Amino acid sequence: MNIIEVEHFSLSYSDGTEGLRDITMGIPANQITVMLGPAGGGKSTLMRAINRLNDLADVISMNGRITVDGLDVNDPKTNLVELRRKVGMVFARPVPLPLSIRQNITYGLEVAGVTDKTILAEVVEKTLRDAVLWDEVYDRLNDPGVALSGGQQQRLCIARTLALDPKVILLDEPTSGLDPISTAKIEDSLQMLKQRYTIVLAPHSVQQASRTADFAAFFLQGELIETADGKDLFTRPKDKRTQDYVEGRFG
Amino acid sequence: MKEQTPLSERIITRSIQVAGYSSIVFVLLILSFLIREGAPAFFEVPLKELTAIRWYPIENYFGILPLILGSLIVTIGAALIAIPAGVGTAIFISEVAPQWLKEILKPLVEVLAGFPSVMLGFLGILIVSPSLRKLLELPTGLTALTGALLLAGIAIPTIVSISEDAMNTVPRSYREAGWAVGATRWQTIWGVTLPAARSGVLMAIILGVGRSIGETMTVMMVTGNAPVLPLKWNSLFSPVRTMTATIASEMGEVATGSTHYHVLFLIGIILFLISLAVNITASAIVLRHPKRAERILS
Amino acid sequence: MIQQRTTSESKRLTQKIGFSLLGMVAALTVLPIIAVVSYMIQQGAPAITGEFITGFPSDGMRSGGILPAILGTLYLTLGTAVFSVPLGIGAAIYLAEYAPENRWTRAIRIAITNLAGIPSVVYGLFGLGIFVLFLKLGTSILAASLTLSIMTLPVIISTSEEALRAVPNSFRVVSTSLGATRWQTIKRIILPQSLPGILTGIILGLERAAGETAPILFTGAAFFLPRLPGSPMDATMALPYHLFVISTQVPGMPIKIQYGTALVLLFFVLIMNIIASVIRSRARAKRMW
Repeated sequence: MNIIEVEHFSLSYSDGTEGLRDITMGIPANQITVMLGPAGGGKSTLMRAINRLNDLADVISMNGRITVDGLDVNDPKTNLVELRRKVGMVFARPVPLPLSIRQNITYGLEVAGVTDKTILAEVVEKTLRDAVLWDEVYDRLNDPGVALSGGQQQRLCIARTLALDPKVILLDEPTSGLDPISTAKIEDSLQMLKQRYTIVLAPHSVQQASRTADFAAFFLQGELIETADGKDLFTRPKDKRTQDYVEGRFG
Repeated sequence: MKEQTPLSERIITRSIQVAGYSSIVFVLLILSFLIREGAPAFFEVPLKELTAIRWYPIENYFGILPLILGSLIVTIGAALIAIPAGVGTAIFISEVAPQWLKEILKPLVEVLAGFPSVMLGFLGILIVSPSLRKLLELPTGLTALTGALLLAGIAIPTIVSISEDAMNTVPRSYREAGWAVGATRWQTIWGVTLPAARSGVLMAIILGVGRSIGETMTVMMVTGNAPVLPLKWNSLFSPVRTMTATIASEMGEVATGSTHYHVLFLIGIILFLISLAVNITASAIVLRHPKRAERILS
Repeated sequence: MIQQRTTSESKRLTQKIGFSLLGMVAALTVLPIIAVVSYMIQQGAPAITGEFITGFPSDGMRSGGILPAILGTLYLTLGTAVFSVPLGIGAAIYLAEYAPENRWTRAIRIAITNLAGIPSVVYGLFGLGIFVLFLKLGTSILAASLTLSIMTLPVIISTSEEALRAVPNSFRVVSTSLGATRWQTIKRIILPQSLPGILTGIILGLERAAGETAPILFTGAAFFLPRLPGSPMDATMALPYHLFVISTQVPGMPIKIQYGTALVLLFFVLIMNIIASVIRSRARAKRMW
């Protein structure tokens, strides 16, 4: 059962970087979908097309269709705020907003108009527990988010995304700047989170991809080369280029 | 997407946009009001009289040539003082002075930048002009030279801060390349740093001197306000009158809608056009060397 | 070898002379500033008494205080702030956060640089034409404040825009990804983060307005008023204009009062300058990015 459908989707930026050419794929619900490929292949672009964050960049042309949970994201009638609440995103570099730990988590709900203090407090605790951060910060929720370590910051960013109770969580190389222990913590939490959410992950290495993938897609220079269930992409790649990449011959 | 944004946000966004465009509206308003009040001068005074050399409005002599030349001589004088002083100080601050000295010099230049022009005029009357009169044995200390000296004080802070900025943006590696081939710091300044920063320095000069053309209170208070054609060898040491000072000192006394009133607005148009030309020249330099200078102009 | 040493020695000598010359130029530029400020303090400080600050001018301004001028400048500065601050910040937000890179935006930028370059006396003419005469506001605090506002606008816009642009773009991306609209992002994240920079810009702009004379000459400044202005529709005395008046228009003016007035004006301007740099350096120390 696919929650996201991408149909013949193409996109180009005004400066010519990292476009997408005729992508068609489905993203299965409640699984970890791994988007694999060298930098500049189009993974980030596709992610940002799914929650329309590309609107902040200089996109000059866009074709095809993307639906999330049946909602056409490029339909002019689509409520973008609602879409972004449905599709959360975690970035490569953890960027805590210049607010306290607590406010970082409640930010999304507050801009959505939630003001009830008890609800907000519940969400703070619940999401911090889900992101395996609660025990480390419960006694200093009013400290600024930037005061945390890099790994903690990234988990804060995951918790912040969970606070909106999204359907899909996009993670764009979320562990690229982290040490192995922090990385393992985040990978563990992803395994837990996929029970409730659909996870789309751009891994920072082929190893991480093969550890986490329930479904994998390989991108190269704006094109989707192939997709495969489970670990098949790593054990039995169909395309020569995929094989070269997963075996570490380039990228 | 637009339909989805709440009404309050749409109102705010629209107000922000209106604020954004307000500058264009103001420039156009300024131009149109200057023209509205100044253009009648062309119908009331023949062009030949406007370009004549006698300014004596009480008897209907409206020759603005002496005023233009008055502005010119004071400005040129100011430029001759301010350019070497300003650029020299900027080089000293940026390339020679040790850190502790920089931190004293820069705020001092800022203090000068903060001086209201009327205060420079005041100091001119009480200090500069009597000293000049004694020093040069002049009949009066209120001369073009006094104005030039004080106007230099207006131009210098602009010249120093923009040129210093321009020299600071020259990458350190350029300088190191100069030292690597055996050039002294002195040679590197003239051979590498200054040429690399030349568009910024040039813009600093244009904007600084441009500012002094439009300066009003200082020149009005210290140049003696004599609308004579400053063409003799000793004009620099005699009283002159600039365009700005003429407007400031006469506008208060003219009848609204009179010919004199219209001619004063006409002088305003000339000043507006000069500032426009100064800005266009400065931006042309920015366009030619976009990266470095952009930061400075904005 | 010997040849080389002499060239390098002569080079070093050239450098020494060059640097000394530059140092002299800098000293000649900067020392008069110190001299003048200390001379003003020395001459003006004795004049500054409680009565001088809080009293009204008497004896044809030759004695008494300068309260009406001080308050007048305060009114004009506040009046200028009322118009130029919202408009300036709005324009800065538009340029930094909304404006697309197109011909219209370039036109706005050209307009702003032009406003910045127009001579102050031309603003005075404009204010006389539009506010005093066309809109029939008369010579009033209102007309003068409006005139000063437009003159101040470019300073506030460009410094505020710079402050807004200094906020990292990643905050905008993150806030948007959490479902915030553009305005929510600006209000909750961008503006609070850029506030110190914006405040600095506002103060520098108002500092200029407080010290200006030419724009208020025909729009709101009064030569002498025996009482304080009662409403924004009244004309007012102002420090810079008062300094002009007592140093050129009133014969037999005691020098002490002149220097005292100049010193109060200098203090007015410098204090704003100092507040601006304190805000700037404190914000830099506290910044989280």
